[in-house]
Amino acid sequence: MPQVTLTVNGKTHTVEVEGRTLLVELLREKLGLTGTHVGCDTSQCGACTVMMNGTSVKSCTTLALQADGASVMTIEGLAAADGTLHPMQEAFREHHALQCGFCTPGMVMSAVDLVQSHPQGLSEADIRHGLEGNLCRCTGYHNIVKAVAAAWPVMHGKQPVAAE
Amino acid sequence: MYDFAYEKPAALAAAVSSLASDMEAKALAGGQTFIPVLKQRLNKPSKVVDLAALGLSGITVTADTVTIGAMTTHGDVALSADVQKAIPALAHLASMIGDWQVRHRGTIGGSLANNDPTACYPTAVLALGATIVTDRREIKADDYFQGMFTTALEQDELITKVIFPIPQRAAYQKFKNPASRYAMVGVFVAKFASGVRVAITGAAQGGVFRHAAFEAALSANFAPDAIAGIVTPADDLNSDIHASAEYRAHLIGVMTKRAVAAA
Repeated sequence: MPQVTLTVNGKTHTVEVEGRTLLVELLREKLGLTGTHVGCDTSQCGACTVMMNGTSVKSCTTLALQADGASVMTIEGLAAADGTLHPMQEAFREHHALQCGFCTPGMVMSAVDLVQSHPQGLSEADIRHGLEGNLCRCTGYHNIVKAVAAAWPVMHGKQPVAAE
Repeated sequence: MYDFAYEKPAALAAAVSSLASDMEAKALAGGQTFIPVLKQRLNKPSKVVDLAALGLSGITVTADTVTIGAMTTHGDVALSADVQKAIPALAHLASMIGDWQVRHRGTIGGSLANNDPTACYPTAVLALGATIVTDRREIKADDYFQGMFTTALEQDELITKVIFPIPQRAAYQKFKNPASRYAMVGVFVAKFASGVRVAITGAAQGGVFRHAAFEAALSANFAPDAIAGIVTPADDLNSDIHASAEYRAHLIGVMTKRAVAAA
C-alpha cells in the first residue's frame, strides 16, 4: 500500500492509503480530525475546505497522495494551544455567523485564506465573491460576511474584535 | 471511486513513458474535474500519473507573448501582475473559473487536455491563436480543439506550456450557470493588427468554436453595434434544462457585444 507523509496542524504523520483515498478521508478516518466535514462530496459546497501549503483547497477533491510532503491545516489547528480562539473563530462567535454549524469549519478556513490573501483590505463584495465556493444551507450569509469583515482588522493587527 | 495505482514521476520523459506503457493510465493535473469524474465512476484508470513534480508551472511574459506552464493554477494566472498587465482578459477569465478553492488546484493544462465544451480556457486559446506546446510538438489552437472532450493530443502526450500572443485589445464575457459556474455561453474577443478573432464556449455541441461572421464584422469595425443584425444559427447549439439552443444563440450575440465593449 502506498504511504503518504504530511504535516497536519504542525504534527507530521505517515499513513498508509489507497490511490483513491481522498485527503478528507485521510483527515477524518485515519487521523480522527472530524472537524473537516463532507457536505456535497461533489466539490461544490466547501464544507471540506482545509488549508494546504497556505491556500484553501477542497479536501474532498484532493487525493491523499497529492498531499504527500504538504503542510495541511484543518479547523482543529486554528485555535491556540491554550484554547484561545483564532480571530476568525472569535468573529464568527461574536457575530453569530452560524446557525446549524455544518458549513462552519469550511467557511472559517476559506475566510481565513481570504483575509490572509487580501492585506490591502476587503469590501463586502470581495467577501461575498471570495466565499462563493462555500455554501450555507441555513442561508446565514449575512452574518458570515459581517464576521469576516470584523476579523480582517484583527488578523491584520489593526484593532480588536468589537461586537455591537 | 475505483482504486488505481498512483505514480508521481519527477521528469517529463518518465511521465510520458509511464502513460505510453499503459493505455488505461491517465494523467492527473489539478484534479478539479478528473477527481469528480473518478468519484462518479465515469472513468476507471489502471494508473494515475500525477504531473505535479514535473516543474511545469510558471508564467513568462515577453514583449509579444505570455507563456503559461501547463501546471500553473487558475489562481496564479488570475493574480499574476504580469498577466494582468499583458493580457488582462486572460487574468479575468482565470478569475471567473469555479471558486477560490478550485482555482487554487485547477490548472490550464488540465482544462485544455480535458476540453470540456463549457470550459473557459479554450476560448482564450482559440481567440488569441495560442500555441500549445507538448512534450513532442507545437500545436496551433486552430488544430487543437477537435470536438467535445476531444483534442489533437495523443494518449501519452502531455502539454508542457501554452504560448499566447499579446493582442491589441481583448475581453472575456461569461454568462455563468449559477449552480456549476461553467459557461452557459462564454465569449472571448481578441483584436490583433491582422484582424479580430471571436471564440465561443458553452454553446455548441462540438465545444469551443470561432464565429466567422462576427470576426468579419468586427475586423471591419470593432464596435458592439458592428454585429447587430447578424443571426447566429441555433442548429448546432445545445438545448438543456438551463437554456434552449435559440436562447444560447441570442446570448452569443449579447455576450459578444459585452466583450467588445469591455475590450
